[in-house]
Amino acid sequence: MNAETGQASAAPEPVLQATGVVKHFPVQRGVVFKRTVGNVRAVDGVDLELHAGRTLGVVGESGCGKSTLAKLLVGLEPPTSGSIKVLGQEIGGLSARRIRPVRRDVQLVFQDPYTSLNPRMTVGDIVGEPFEIHTDVVPRRERGAAVKELLDMVGLSPDHVNRYPHQFSGGQRQRIGIARALALRPRVLVCDEPVSALDVSIQGQVINLLERLQDELGLAYVFIAHDLSVVRHIADEVAVMYLGKVVERGAGAEIYGGPRHPYTQALLSAVPVPDPALRGHREEIVLQGDVPSPIDPPSGCRFRTRCWKAAERCAEEVPGLDEGGGAHEAACFYAEGRDVTRAVK
Amino acid sequence: MTELTAPAAGADAPQASLWKDAFRAMARRPDVLFASLIMLFVFTMAAFPGLFTDKDPTRCIGREARGRPETWFRGEHPLGTDAFGCDFAATIVHGTRPTITLALSVIVLSVLIGMTLGILAGYFGGWIDAVISRALDVFIVIPLMMGAILLLSLFRGRGSSGNLLETVAPAAIALTLFGWMEFCRYARAATIETKNLDYVTAARCLGAKDRRIMFRHVLPNAVVPITAIVPTSLGSVIVVEAALAVLGIGVQPPATSWGVLLSNGTQWAGGGYIYLFGIPLGLLILTVFSFATFGDALRDALDPKLR
Repeated sequence: MNAETGQASAAPEPVLQATGVVKHFPVQRGVVFKRTVGNVRAVDGVDLELHAGRTLGVVGESGCGKSTLAKLLVGLEPPTSGSIKVLGQEIGGLSARRIRPVRRDVQLVFQDPYTSLNPRMTVGDIVGEPFEIHTDVVPRRERGAAVKELLDMVGLSPDHVNRYPHQFSGGQRQRIGIARALALRPRVLVCDEPVSALDVSIQGQVINLLERLQDELGLAYVFIAHDLSVVRHIADEVAVMYLGKVVERGAGAEIYGGPRHPYTQALLSAVPVPDPALRGHREEIVLQGDVPSPIDPPSGCRFRTRCWKAAERCAEEVPGLDEGGGAHEAACFYAEGRDVTRAVK
Repeated sequence: MTELTAPAAGADAPQASLWKDAFRAMARRPDVLFASLIMLFVFTMAAFPGLFTDKDPTRCIGREARGRPETWFRGEHPLGTDAFGCDFAATIVHGTRPTITLALSVIVLSVLIGMTLGILAGYFGGWIDAVISRALDVFIVIPLMMGAILLLSLFRGRGSSGNLLETVAPAAIALTLFGWMEFCRYARAATIETKNLDYVTAARCLGAKDRRIMFRHVLPNAVVPITAIVPTSLGSVIVVEAALAVLGIGVQPPATSWGVLLSNGTQWAGGGYIYLFGIPLGLLILTVFSFATFGDALRDALDPKLR
């Protein structure tokens, strides 16, 4: 359908655009008469934009809303408010039936390759399932060949169609998951921590596969991870999330070279130094306390409860991403660039 | 791609699927073959009683009552005669059809009703689950025996015309009505467990409809606990049917069933006529055993890891 989208990267329209996306999960009490006692603000106003052939890395610690964002972007959960556009088409408020054709353009790669494949289906059935759901993509007779082609594309032997998932290693299973996601020729692949369940040696192979597929098919990736070095390697742009909000956003090199938001600085200062001789010679920022509850987030800036720069203003006003007007966007009143990754003797 | 191995299998091997592979795996097990032979024997007896006996089970000669089978499997009465002088072999063979029809229809209907309701309740949740679960609670409170007795009293005294449907239907309806709950509970639990798994989310993400997810992803998981309880339920249906027969509200005479024979046989077993009790019991045990073996093998075969 869109193998030629590689050239389309110059097109001005983003393949995926989220504007003010909010997802609240109500917390209910009571057995018969349920009353809502609060909302878990999993995602609270996220804007992002993704162009064909580009990779957007989303980083943040556990529980900051990364996975919920992934589900929103592929249309598995309806957003509480805000708009999500795939190729210019709104998917936010669509019914299950209307959303089905749009599903083809944006697919999800799961974190855990051990639970994301049905253990009772053969690899051929798993990878071929998209064709059975969208019967108009490939005619019935050519489906077997199409499945083998997909397996070949992700670096598996086409002869593996009759095997079951448990006969494969974690990396191979992740390749099967990627083949399934690619079957409908999507434009966007949302990867929800696709390598965090894999061995480090296998992580590299899967990352390289994703990069090769991006070049060949012109895919756009939303790459969600908590491993900062993996994101640094693959992402063109990086968005840092904290408690349901994007706190800093910009090109990968800018974010890693000179993070401006205190949270990003703290996050990056925790990345291990690969050189043992330099260990301990880097400035480390250790945050105090825990992440506040997303049911009752702090007023103003959400990071203020753990921030060393917090002032009165932070409690009263919510900082926008355009504060300070630095090299790239950071949601902090006192943002300033600071290199925290380099260690010097 | 160093982690890949070059397979030797032919590239044109036919597309495998869960059920095809499961069938092939089962056909290789000797215990399954043995169980299938027993089932074949029982089913043939039910379908073609004429193949096994040429005697009429209703032709009874009082003079020949309680004739022990002196010449086993040969002569005038291969398995002797019962308390009323009827040929026992003919009675057993002709009792097979009502027994099997009743047991299978009760099991099949219960599994169908139970699994459908269980999967619907577990999958959709909300008010559908609330309605089905409360109905389940109500039916579970009523014991199978009591429910069946109350319901069958309505049909009492109608006698039987010898028509199989009329003979079996009241008991089948009563036992199904109070027998589907266990299947429903297991199916519901398996469905709730399955529906939040990543691979179901993956199917939904691909655009799969609810029906497809239920049949392709949820059903194979729900079948697993069901296969374990079908054989035991089968045995209990036959036993409950015997109890109903004692009360005169089960299979109506002149039709007979293994349950009826069992309950009649107990009266004579102590008096040295143990075959009147032992032979139907043996048949019942063999049948339940063959279903249990079959169910067990099916469960294993449906789990690719155990194959």
